[in-house]
Amino acid sequence: MRKLKEFIVEKLILICGLASIFFVALIFLFLLKEGFSIFKTVSPFNFLFGKSWYPISEPSQMGILPLILGSLLVTAGAAIISIPIGVGCAIYIAEIAPAKIKEILKAGIELLAAIPSVVLGFIGMVTLVPLVKTVFHLPTGLTALSGSIMLAFMAMPTIVSIAEDALYSVPKTYKEGALALGATRWQMIWRVMLPAASSGLLAAVMLGIGRVIGETMAVMMITGNAAVMPNSIFAPVRTLTATIAAEMGEAVVGSEHYFALFAIGIVLFVISFAINVTADLFLHQRQ
Amino acid sequence: MRNSYRAQNIAFFFLFLATLLIVVPVGLIVVIIIQKGLPAINWQFLSDIPRQGMRAGGIFPAIVGTVYLVSGAIIFALPIGLLAAIYLSEYSKDNLLTRLIKLAIVNLAGVPSVVYGLFGLALFVIFFRFGASIISGSLTLGIMILPVIITTSREALESVPYSFREVSLSLGASKWQTIRHIVLPNAMPGILTGTILGLGRAAGETAPILFTAAAFYLPQLPNSVFDQVMALPYHLYVISTQVPNVEEKARYGTAFILLALVLFMNLVAIIIRYKFRKKKKW
Amino acid sequence: MVKFTIKELNIWFGHVHALKQVSMEIRANEILSVIGPSNSGKTTFLRMLNRLNALNQNFRMAGLIKLEQEDIKNIDTELLRKRVGMVFALPLPLPLSIFENVAYGVRMHGTKNKKVLTKKVEESLKEAYLWEEVKDRLNESAFKLSGGQQQRLCIARTLAVEPEVILFDEPCSGLDPISTAKVEDAMVKLKEKYTIVLVTNNVKQAARVGERTAFFLSGELIELDKTDKVFTAPKDKRTDGYIRGKFG
Repeated sequence: MRKLKEFIVEKLILICGLASIFFVALIFLFLLKEGFSIFKTVSPFNFLFGKSWYPISEPSQMGILPLILGSLLVTAGAAIISIPIGVGCAIYIAEIAPAKIKEILKAGIELLAAIPSVVLGFIGMVTLVPLVKTVFHLPTGLTALSGSIMLAFMAMPTIVSIAEDALYSVPKTYKEGALALGATRWQMIWRVMLPAASSGLLAAVMLGIGRVIGETMAVMMITGNAAVMPNSIFAPVRTLTATIAAEMGEAVVGSEHYFALFAIGIVLFVISFAINVTADLFLHQRQ
Repeated sequence: MRNSYRAQNIAFFFLFLATLLIVVPVGLIVVIIIQKGLPAINWQFLSDIPRQGMRAGGIFPAIVGTVYLVSGAIIFALPIGLLAAIYLSEYSKDNLLTRLIKLAIVNLAGVPSVVYGLFGLALFVIFFRFGASIISGSLTLGIMILPVIITTSREALESVPYSFREVSLSLGASKWQTIRHIVLPNAMPGILTGTILGLGRAAGETAPILFTAAAFYLPQLPNSVFDQVMALPYHLYVISTQVPNVEEKARYGTAFILLALVLFMNLVAIIIRYKFRKKKKW
Repeated sequence: MVKFTIKELNIWFGHVHALKQVSMEIRANEILSVIGPSNSGKTTFLRMLNRLNALNQNFRMAGLIKLEQEDIKNIDTELLRKRVGMVFALPLPLPLSIFENVAYGVRMHGTKNKKVLTKKVEESLKEAYLWEEVKDRLNESAFKLSGGQQQRLCIARTLAVEPEVILFDEPCSGLDPISTAKVEDAMVKLKEKYTIVLVTNNVKQAARVGERTAFFLSGELIELDKTDKVFTAPKDKRTDGYIRGKFG
């Protein structure tokens, strides 16, 4: 009796252990199943590099280049802002802040991670967007720049916590060695800590960027959603994620538009997969 | 030497500035939402259905909808996530399969939320013909929070000292008995923490329920798990961007309730973690 | 009567050859002391008798171990561990009450009756000379006991599942001299009912309680004989060297 029960339980545990692999495969499979049909009418090249996204005009034009560039532009902006600030904050928390302040700062970062993206989007709409509009004298504040600032902010918790882990795991002997040789703490951080933690820091940055590319609601609410080739960070843009979120509601199931949105999903899935696998390799290299 | 100390002071100043640039806005956001949202909160706002095209009335159906969606997600994700964590912490060997499982978890955590929405639409709404419904939304959210639950539960299980397992086995208890009677009870606070964090995550997400569960405007409560529901995050999105002339108070009030809900769950998780640490016996 | 028969036992952990060609017998109702420097394989030897080594992923073995007439590979692992109990180096109470610590093993082997459990717990605590000290606080956490009490609780916990053999893995390494004396007393009295294998780093302890003593070095069994012989007229130079404190 005990043996039989044990056997069943262990098989169940094994099945659940495999569930993650199963779900990743299932997600990819269903994206393919629904999205692949678009390539019957549009070639993959024209889909990825076509310059016009007019999915419901007659004849429809299904080029997602403007959306890809929109995502890239917003992401690049977010990366430029968030990497120095995020890594700087991680260094401050890991090496400089006194123990008590460290706890408060960490709690603040966790708090930021917990705020739902739609709430951040809403706050961005009522504070950041008007601010950008007045400061840069723009006709609208719903721009790529607003999106970048907002997304930079949303990438911070990921970057800070992983970068802090990376810095924390640098062996103490390295630090003590540098200080014993008469280096200042800053020289120790700059010359010893950062190089020693570099692969972890790289992983932090990549995962932060992964978070940014996948972010949907906040970006949809504050970038203006114009599906045109972006030409300035002060103009409205439309990202890959926002396109799916904004248009799927109206797309008819089984239509070309529907297939195309799923194909965008495939693109996003592949990007996030690549980023996560690479970041994971960097994280394991460290050990 | 003096130069290198000056360089250090400048560098530290910028690092401090970077930290402020993150922490101050976080504080501001919370303060703004509390300041402008709290006055909107009254019994009617919490208990009434939305009226006049969501320009008046309350957000009761959205609160109920979110509670249903989140409960469904956890009912689905907790057993699978916990058993998966048990597999990784107690059974898995250091081999390729384990490496693959861990990689899959990392990827599951990294899939953009809107892609979960697409997946839920394709699998639950269309393939299984559940339609846009509580069950479709819950299952989609459930798969999305699976990595959170697996990762935190696994950490909790692995923090139970190995010697307890050896003692139990040495007394002739089977492996499952050991897990059931020794490992699980001692990992429970950590598992609970992870579950609540997962709940908070699920409550705040919008994109996964956009096409799988959320109703734009539905001034009534659901009758079954196959009904659509309103949900707090989607409601906030709708009244912020889709409906003109909504009073600012209603938006801030909704944002306040959503934020309070999510932060409350995080707070509970932190308290459990803290209490457990103090009580820990080994 | 022979309790354990060990023939040409070899054990590897990955590439480490931890035990080499060990052959010996362990007699019923004796106290066998196992001594040797650290990494000599003595604990590996002990943990082989209840197959606890098998928990290690890289474990491999060759050779034969028989408990009475049966190859231990053919005995159900849980049953083997019930018959061959173990007391660990450090006091390791489970995070349960004193009562539940002792009752744990009994419960796991299927006893649910509260009366039977209560009786068993009392008997076992008495046998481990702990009853008088804890009888009024059985529901307190086991972590509230002193180190020596905790170790006797661990002995009681092992006794409760009615083993035939008890393996002691350096049971006094974390204890002060008075607690050590109490644990040693308990061991000597237990010998009447049980077979005892005692691994110890403390050569004097081996001399005090063991009837026979085995000396391990680098995974090999160097010498096994009556304790006074091993200590007064060892056959092997290395045994002599160890006892006089030349290594470890």
